[in-house]
Amino acid sequence: MAADPRANHLADSLTINAELVTAILTRFIRTEIRRAGFQRAVLGLSGGIDSSVVAFLAAAALGPENVLAVTMPYKTSSEATRRDAQAVVDHLGVRTIEVPITGPIDAYFALFPQAARMRLANKCARERMTVLYDQSAAFDALVLGTSNKSELLLGYGTQFGDMASAINPIGDLYKTQLYPLAAHLGLPRDILMKTPTGDLWAGQTDEGELGFTYAEADRLMVLMVDRRWRRAELVQAGFAPEFVDRVATLIRRNHYKRRMPVIAKLSPRTMDRDFRYARDWGT
Amino acid sequence: MTSTKTSSTFHRVALAQIAPALADRQRNVALHLEQIKAARAQDADLIVFPELSLTGYFVRDMVPDVAIAPDAPEIRELLDAAGPMAVVLGFVEESPQHRFYNTALYAEGGRVVHLHRKVYLPTYGLFDERRYFAAGERFLAFDTARFGRMGILICEDFWHLSAAAIMQAEEIDVLICPANSPGRGVDGPRIRTAETYEHLSKAYAQLMGAVVIVVNRVGFEDGLCFWGGSSVTGPDGRTIAQAPQLDESLTLAAFDAADLRRQRLITPLARDERLLLTIEELNRIKRNRYGC
Repeated sequence: MAADPRANHLADSLTINAELVTAILTRFIRTEIRRAGFQRAVLGLSGGIDSSVVAFLAAAALGPENVLAVTMPYKTSSEATRRDAQAVVDHLGVRTIEVPITGPIDAYFALFPQAARMRLANKCARERMTVLYDQSAAFDALVLGTSNKSELLLGYGTQFGDMASAINPIGDLYKTQLYPLAAHLGLPRDILMKTPTGDLWAGQTDEGELGFTYAEADRLMVLMVDRRWRRAELVQAGFAPEFVDRVATLIRRNHYKRRMPVIAKLSPRTMDRDFRYARDWGT
Repeated sequence: MTSTKTSSTFHRVALAQIAPALADRQRNVALHLEQIKAARAQDADLIVFPELSLTGYFVRDMVPDVAIAPDAPEIRELLDAAGPMAVVLGFVEESPQHRFYNTALYAEGGRVVHLHRKVYLPTYGLFDERRYFAAGERFLAFDTARFGRMGILICEDFWHLSAAAIMQAEEIDVLICPANSPGRGVDGPRIRTAETYEHLSKAYAQLMGAVVIVVNRVGFEDGLCFWGGSSVTGPDGRTIAQAPQLDESLTLAAFDAADLRRQRLITPLARDERLLLTIEELNRIKRNRYGC
């Protein structure tokens, strides 16, 4: 029996050459920061794989003395978060500062004690964003993004919160692809092994909230998004139709998070429509 | 491959794998002058810069702001600095009709000998060139004083088999491809796009019995990674020189024009081409498809 020609697509679509990716991303960080007139970077460090990978890349690209890792615990943040973040800081020798956000968050929600859990989670993400941007001014640095491609596609992030940054080195890597990269960079094993969580509330996990694993979603999305397989082809390859539809819907519904606000067009040249310049204009 | 000039058939080519500033002509002229000076110090006969070397790639709405004519003072300054060394460089050309072209020029002895306006302007995936540029209309080869007959294909032109076939029919000795190739595909030992360029270079070199010189830029623009990896491929399809991936470099390579004769004796593919048959067949397809 002839081998199924789809097998190769299914098997190797998420493969990355971690050494090559590291070579590209360290140069990306260095180039984009320096061309904007900076030498330094700041990032929010949670001790999860995404922000830890970015910390490792930034330290390699800029030197650890030029990287500020900010931890921003809320009162419900777990001890594991703190411990893993500290392990990254110790390993790399980057600068670090802890800015607890419990004060401002609780002061705000004292006004809205009935607010739903999701409002708290989004407010925390946006509070952390304001801390990072303020620290970037204090440290004379740019903010590095830590959202991966899986989160960006699924919309599993807070607009203007954890999705906000000046430059994002890992935004074109699926969650699944971060593991070989993390292993190549030498991240502590504890971080590689832990279950993905936003630490939004006690026991919260990404995959519990999404209702599927990143491994499943990534295998689907790389074919659907990057290789442009049609729905029927995906179903034929063994993906459940409901799963295909659910992921496609999440990608579409959350597209607004990935775009600038929509501007009502009136003049001959409107931002991002017919006023088209690269962000690296003149650098 | 040798680093010393032992015969008049040896030519030293400098691959100027630079990271141009985006739409800052002044900085890019300075960058070109540095490279020209360094190449001359190493006794190069020819220096090749990447596509749009004077402007950077994602020029977009700045196209009219950075456009110049081929006789602009910036180009004059660079050709003067090059002295006896021949030069290939890229710029945004404004025609007298105010059309803007993605153009590469070849100059020798301080004189512009040939302009190639990019014909195939990609407008798919991450590309949007046709929006900003007018398309060139010709694939013309030209004679040079020292390197024989030469052709230039800019980046996407190089991916079109018909462009290569025309160059073969033009009986060129040297094919130059200035490129701004952004990397896509990081699953293999090298960036996937780099592998495609290598395949094309080797195939064209062998099929034409010509030397193929690709110069690709490095650096980033809005997250796009230009991967470099500039190369010189001999007429037997072997890589004569390969610049590093991702990093700026001025790579000197020597090729021996006598290899063209040797290779064409062994495998005279261009000699055996049936050009009239090809034209007849294309005419038949043309009649069928376009009714004329």
